[in-house]
Amino acid sequence: MNLDSNKTNTLLIQTGDGIEFPLFLASPVTRFVAWLVDCACIAAASNLISAGLAGFGWLSWDVVGAVTTLAYFAISIGYGIAWEWYGRGQTLGKRLLRLRVVDAQGLRLQFNQIFVRNLLRALDALPLFYLVGGITSLLNRSGQRLGDLAANTVVIRLLPGMDANLEQLFAGKYNSFREHPHLVARLRQKTTPAEAGIALEAILRREEFEPDARVALFESLARHFGEVQKFPSEATDGMTDEQYIRNVVDVLFRTRV
Amino acid sequence: MILNVQHFVETEQKHWQRLESMLDRLERDASYQMDLRELQQFYALYRRATADLAKISTFASEQTVRQYLETLVARAYGEIHEIRAKPHFQPLKWFFQIFPRTFRRHIRVFWLSLAITCAGVIFGGLAISFDVSAKEILIGPFSHLSGDPGKRVAEEESGSEDRLAGRKAHFSTQLMTHNTEVSILILAMGMTWGVGSAMLLFYNGVILGAVALDYILAGQTKFLLGWLMPHGVVEIPSFIIAGQAGLLLGGALIGWGSRTPLRGRLRAISSDLTTLICGVAIMLVWAGFMEAFLSQYHEPVIPYGVKIGLGGVELVVLILFLTTSGFNKGADGASTVSAS
Repeated sequence: MNLDSNKTNTLLIQTGDGIEFPLFLASPVTRFVAWLVDCACIAAASNLISAGLAGFGWLSWDVVGAVTTLAYFAISIGYGIAWEWYGRGQTLGKRLLRLRVVDAQGLRLQFNQIFVRNLLRALDALPLFYLVGGITSLLNRSGQRLGDLAANTVVIRLLPGMDANLEQLFAGKYNSFREHPHLVARLRQKTTPAEAGIALEAILRREEFEPDARVALFESLARHFGEVQKFPSEATDGMTDEQYIRNVVDVLFRTRV
Repeated sequence: MILNVQHFVETEQKHWQRLESMLDRLERDASYQMDLRELQQFYALYRRATADLAKISTFASEQTVRQYLETLVARAYGEIHEIRAKPHFQPLKWFFQIFPRTFRRHIRVFWLSLAITCAGVIFGGLAISFDVSAKEILIGPFSHLSGDPGKRVAEEESGSEDRLAGRKAHFSTQLMTHNTEVSILILAMGMTWGVGSAMLLFYNGVILGAVALDYILAGQTKFLLGWLMPHGVVEIPSFIIAGQAGLLLGGALIGWGSRTPLRGRLRAISSDLTTLICGVAIMLVWAGFMEAFLSQYHEPVIPYGVKIGLGGVELVVLILFLTTSGFNKGADGASTVSAS
């Protein structure tokens, strides 16, 4: 197996059969937000337990204090371990943000790995707010904090399905490119999956860009796809670069209209 | 390759769904074991999915199908190519066999950890013996230890009230959790190529050495032994074993004399780290009990001879446990690591 670390946000795993599949790495910021959610869960669980145990104070405050201390310790250390083991690499925070802990070589996640990565939070969290872990993950090509390095794990983001978005974007809209089915067929043939993916991402995330960056991006994409496959002027006249890319994405991805 | 994508997806989808349902079952139940027929079917479905992924990956338009297949292949790949045994946890076997065996397998690292602690003890003792003002610097942060030993002993022995009355259980759990957190930090500091673990061990030794010599010079050796031994003979080795785990981690990062890649070295020790630190946590539970319920009581409540004797018995039992429990010539001599 080879690990391809050339892509900054993707860990490419190659099987012995020559098949590749990517793991999309989570950014440190998303992981930090997931950790904040988990912290809130730990705090809520600890408060609930101490409030519940306080009702037994009449029995023995000494024992209540002891059980509360042990419960807080068990929750703060065991929360991540238990959730990641029983939740297939996901705590509540990670589940909300669609993140997952996986083995860095694509193998099944083992309990020891989960245990070690969670114990090493003691170091990653130093001096406060996961500064050591954050800096390490920024410097590491696979975005691993120290715990991930020791446990040989990575945190990946799970991709949502795109069907619904595409249907909402394009359904019922006229696309002048479809008047030229032979050129559409050639465009599909010449376009690589990576190029198609970039065009799709640009359309789906168009509202996230600054206006100037958005214009520049679609201009560059339109020029590129214009070189990949030229369409006659009657199909492109008066069309903005962004509309050009919308048409390209429409014919590339909605093949079963 | 000419491929009718729609027909292809319709034909293959049932096989992908079958593979997906098998994966769901495996992931839901970690202890689930497939029989031979299921294994053959699982492997055939995995091969089919990888072949389908190879076919579809050239089609720019089928990104959604490709992503689905990539996810499916990624999940199945982990199951197919996993060669590590699924752990079947047996708590008694783990504590009485696996833990001491793991400790013995890395005994050289333990000796190193012990040597660093002893160096700290010697340094702390020498510092106090050469310069009394060093006491304030070394023990200053621990206010309950920085006073005059003679005065403390007089106060403790004349005290008619139980200072821990009504809070012994709480105190013991505070000791257990705090000491376990310190042990985890000592282990985690192994990620600094072992330097951080060594520094914490040394510092721990310095405090121990300074306090010990302070009491010895004040003529309070019997009190010192009676106070420290009931819990210390378990607590101090616990920190040294945590240091053993930290140095083991540091050694795996450095990889002297090993041709195994870093990932392989870290993978090989991860179960040993888990075993050592869990064993330490259990030892610290015992130490916490002893410290809260016994160590803090002195003569005339409990004679020093009894406390020192009990501490001695604990030490002998601990040494016997770590050196002989679960002894198996094959398992103890094995150089590879595969605990639990």
